Amino acid sequence: MKKIWAWGALLFGLLYFTLPLIGMTNFSLKMRRGEYSFDAYAKVFADPRFQETFSYSVLQALFTIVFGVLLVVPTAYWVRLKLPRLRPYIEFITLLPLVIPAIVIVFGYIRLYNTSSWLPLTGSLTGTNILLMFGYATLALPYMYRAVDTGLRTIDVATLTEAAQSLGAGWATILARIILPNVLVAVLSGAFLTFAIVIGEFTMAALLNRPAFGPYMQLLGANRAYEPAALAVIAFGITWGCLGLIQLVSRFQKSAPPKA
Amino acid sequence: MSFLSLTSIKKSFGPVQVVHDFNMDIEKGEFVSFLGPSGCGKTTVLRMIAGFETPTSGKIVINGRDQNSLKPNQRNIGMVFQAYALFPNMNVQDNVAFGLKVAGVDKSEIDSRVKQMLGLIKLEHLADRFPYQLSGGQQQRVALARAIAVKPQVLLLDEPLSALDAKIRVSLREEIRQIQQQLGITTVFVTHDQEEALSISDRIVVMNAGRADQIGTPFEIYNTPSTRFVASFVGTLNIIEGKVADPAAGAVTIGNQQVALKDPIAGMKGGDSISLALRPEAGSIAEGAKGDTALAGEVVSTSFLGSVIRTRLRVGGDVISFDMFNNPGVTPPVSGDNVTLRFAAKDLLVIRE
Repeated sequence: MKKIWAWGALLFGLLYFTLPLIGMTNFSLKMRRGEYSFDAYAKVFADPRFQETFSYSVLQALFTIVFGVLLVVPTAYWVRLKLPRLRPYIEFITLLPLVIPAIVIVFGYIRLYNTSSWLPLTGSLTGTNILLMFGYATLALPYMYRAVDTGLRTIDVATLTEAAQSLGAGWATILARIILPNVLVAVLSGAFLTFAIVIGEFTMAALLNRPAFGPYMQLLGANRAYEPAALAVIAFGITWGCLGLIQLVSRFQKSAPPKA
Repeated sequence: MSFLSLTSIKKSFGPVQVVHDFNMDIEKGEFVSFLGPSGCGKTTVLRMIAGFETPTSGKIVINGRDQNSLKPNQRNIGMVFQAYALFPNMNVQDNVAFGLKVAGVDKSEIDSRVKQMLGLIKLEHLADRFPYQLSGGQQQRVALARAIAVKPQVLLLDEPLSALDAKIRVSLREEIRQIQQQLGITTVFVTHDQEEALSISDRIVVMNAGRADQIGTPFEIYNTPSTRFVASFVGTLNIIEGKVADPAAGAVTIGNQQVALKDPIAGMKGGDSISLALRPEAGSIAEGAKGDTALAGEVVSTSFLGSVIRTRLRVGGDVISFDMFNNPGVTPPVSGDNVTLRFAAKDLLVIRE
């Protein structure tokens, strides 16, 4: 009897999540009257604004990942090695972007870095792009930090560091050749999550007036019928692709399985 | 002049002083063990030599060069850790080659050195394995090869055998000693296992509460312990409490029995309390046993340990243990038997606090 309820709950959950997706996908394929087609997808892919905004967001995502890794890996490593008592505070700081809305962060940026400020980043396209990248890095911080910190927990950071030091290695060598390769899977998990966040982000890119994929999806949704549904399916595909890649790369880990 | 010199080393963590005025000179090629219980400061001294801890005061000199101002990666010291500390992302070969690559050694030189090291630890056939594919003993041998590949001035071994099972521990400690003698590396070995320290060291430092209680050869440490702590920590020495009867004659009263020590008792007068030590293997209750001194006592218990039978005997107010070889022809005493323990007067040692 209990099993029937469990299966029923599972079925309900599956339908709850999949029905809207099936409906949306079905709708995105109905652009041609009376038959299924990929016309909506073809139109989206052929739109030069799709290509422009998508490649812009991909580039931003890559820069955000590089910046995030350079910021988070040494910080999380140093905190674990030398400042373990600060860990709860650092974790609290990294979680702030989850409770502070993106709109507050971006207005703060605009106020701090406008053309009349001491660092007028919004005064140029490059400056605004850099500012947007910082904003994305902030939004991705909770995911990146937690992923890296979890990865560091699986290795004996202190002893490995001392072993490398006794063999003559300096900090840069230790980070690049010992720590980073051993948390690579965790870093990649954080990187794919960052990628998914950047691709779908709307608020920051719209308020900083940059041609990103998020604002493009919103614009298309406001003006077309079938294309937004196709675009949503594409966006879902990208996110799920990222999650699949996380699973895939975690199988390539050569070192020992994580400690319990 | 000694190769490694530790002069007036002190170390405090906050208000707690963990190493008190530690002095030690180690010659080139010598194998010295720091022996003591957990928390006695032995690992802290080792970590100060490696540069992972900074002495609160004192001086560390290796080969005439002051080490205090040098960072750990500038000291050319090889270290083997209890937890192996092999780099999980590198295979055996790359682990051994790591220090050489960091030092910028030529690739051909690295290859030949790695081969030589793997030959030394007899693991050439596992060069491509990753650490998680090796047993504990194999991992520790790789860690040893990695540490000595860079030709360190000093090799530091921080309880390298503690995580291994008993059989591997014995074979690996012999291997370590053999490699150390073959290469002539000055080595400092930290352990809390007295058998390990006694079996492989040129000299032993017995540490207690941050101080070196005694420094000496294994023979000296075992046979002539200078403090009560050394006597109780090294081996299973019996401590017998007594009263000085006649210091000039070396006479001591234990319970209601009197025994004579080999030498007069200096610095004590009649009636003073005195602690004496007797090795478990120094006495015998067998009939016709040799020994110019005897103590009568009552058997408390007998334990059969295979090749040895350990008997606990009540003498005066103390219970002492003594060992005898298992002899199938001789029945061991049983609880309640009254026996006489015979031993040589020279084996009864005076213990200072």
